[in-house]
Amino acid sequence: MSEKSGNFMNLQFAAKSENESFARVTVAAFVSQLDPTMEEITDLKTVVSEAVTNCIIHGYDNDPSGIVYIHAEIELDVVTLVIEDKGRGIEDMELAKQPLYTSKPELERSGMGFTIMENFMDEFELVSEVGGGTSIRMKKRIESKKALYN
Amino acid sequence: MNLHLEMEQRRDTLIVRLQGELDHHTADSVRLQLDEEIARGRCKDLIFSLKSLQFMDSSGLGVILGRYKLIKQKGGRMAICDVNPPVYRLFEMSGLFKIMPVFDDEGAALSELEVAL
Repeated sequence: MSEKSGNFMNLQFAAKSENESFARVTVAAFVSQLDPTMEEITDLKTVVSEAVTNCIIHGYDNDPSGIVYIHAEIELDVVTLVIEDKGRGIEDMELAKQPLYTSKPELERSGMGFTIMENFMDEFELVSEVGGGTSIRMKKRIESKKALYN
Repeated sequence: MNLHLEMEQRRDTLIVRLQGELDHHTADSVRLQLDEEIARGRCKDLIFSLKSLQFMDSSGLGVILGRYKLIKQKGGRMAICDVNPPVYRLFEMSGLFKIMPVFDDEGAALSELEVAL
């Protein structure tokens, strides 16, 4: 991960559901230096929540000894988020990305996680290796600051 | 816990007010409390009143859709009211409004459910 001249932060924490809120709030606080709108902050909090929940439920199968990694980077008005687990990985990534598809219907999942991430962010990239883990890389331009750079 | 749940029974309708953040962590307890109340058989219809719900993600959608299935199976109806903009967007994206009505406030939701009886 190149940091270039931009700002960045790294976070790692136990794969426990009580840390989902901590992860959202931390990323939101880091990004607040770009002066985002309420809507942009909500989008970012939602995608962090989706990605971290996936790491916990799917990556680690609710095993709290797993570790979730978040890397956030700011380059001018663009936020890059990389959210990773070293868990089981995804066998069929195209199927996983289908709206309403869930590999765990018994848990009453809505199957909307990836759809939400793709919709709320400008760029979305999923890398996964069975047995090696899953990494989601997403970018979003923060519009409220954009005016200043143009 | 950063989610507060309040229930109020009005005739056959259970009004569920959610306050705080509905995510994967808080979803389980909401699901348990609601299913326990629904299993008591005192209510037929259900209204989710979401004025003070500040955050929701797809885990929250799962809870709402799950209760919709349950209520529908028992022949009841479900409505949502008082939705703030961020939660509204999520509902819109998921197509939830295609299967259940949304109202401005609890009064409007209640009178609609009663009229439609």
